[in-house]
Amino acid sequence: MGTQLNSTSEGKSEYMKFVMNFHKMMVEKRLTLVYEGEVTQDITKAFTSMTEKNLDKIEEDGRIKKKVYHVMVECLQNIAKHADDDTDTASDKLSDGLSKSGIFVVGSDDDEYFITSGNSILNENIPALKDLINNVNSLDKDGLKELYKFKMKENAISDKGGAGLGFIDIVRKTGNSLEYYFEPIDAKSSFFILKSRISRKIVEE
Amino acid sequence: MEALIINKTDDTPAIHFDQASGKFELSGKSLPEDVSTFYAPVFSWISEYAKSPNPESVFVFKMVYFNTASSKIILDILLRLEEIHNAGKSISIQWAFDSDDEDMKEAGEEYSEIVELAFKFVEI
Repeated sequence: MGTQLNSTSEGKSEYMKFVMNFHKMMVEKRLTLVYEGEVTQDITKAFTSMTEKNLDKIEEDGRIKKKVYHVMVECLQNIAKHADDDTDTASDKLSDGLSKSGIFVVGSDDDEYFITSGNSILNENIPALKDLINNVNSLDKDGLKELYKFKMKENAISDKGGAGLGFIDIVRKTGNSLEYYFEPIDAKSSFFILKSRISRKIVEE
Repeated sequence: MEALIINKTDDTPAIHFDQASGKFELSGKSLPEDVSTFYAPVFSWISEYAKSPNPESVFVFKMVYFNTASSKIILDILLRLEEIHNAGKSISIQWAFDSDDEDMKEAGEEYSEIVELAFKFVEI
């Protein structure tokens, strides 16, 4: 009996240690939110309101708070609308509520907030996605404004409820280019990671 | 015609379009997952209103936040209002924004560059 109990608690302690290390890593990297799972509209609402409250607590500037909020909504809704997720729990239909699996991380340092999202994507969709991001990254302030206005006029709302404006909006709101990374999963798909940075310094224009 | 009154939620704005009182206001946050379904009643209402609009109407936008999909819908609303204006009944826009929300002010300015309606900008 005694040994059995011991081995069980040994097994548990290994897991406890993992959680402890995970906690330490989160504190060290100043990650205030780490999520892996289904991304839905409810999750979007919950995470944005939670982050707003956290930023209120540290009395973050209202303008920066708004930018963080903007980027979070666009990134989370991007996952729900555009991830190529064909697992049983995923939903690609607006009428049922969208649901796609992904990862979402919010962190910061003294100078910036980092918002990172990740989701699977079909390899065949990578070139178009890269082109889209590279194009947005190559534009200056006026170029981004013109592209936004043009696409807002020309694009129709898609069957996923998107307007194809998310990346342009993130770069316009943050003033920083998007960083991305693709990691091959198998012959069919890859994991797409997107990082946005929001400066904590107010730039007076 | 019947007023269109929709209460705000966490992710959808309050809508108050009332021909009788002359109050036409959209306010709050807009980030619904399905913008087309949410805004469908708004477009139906505007089509009805276009049949016999007031001689002058001021549409007030008091948005705190809207996502990119909603930005497209707001442009479509403004373009529909522009059609009414061009048909002879005056429509103008009051664009209200938080005093420290430069992005919201800019968004309004951009709409005013696309749509040929008079915009009045109000800081709150």
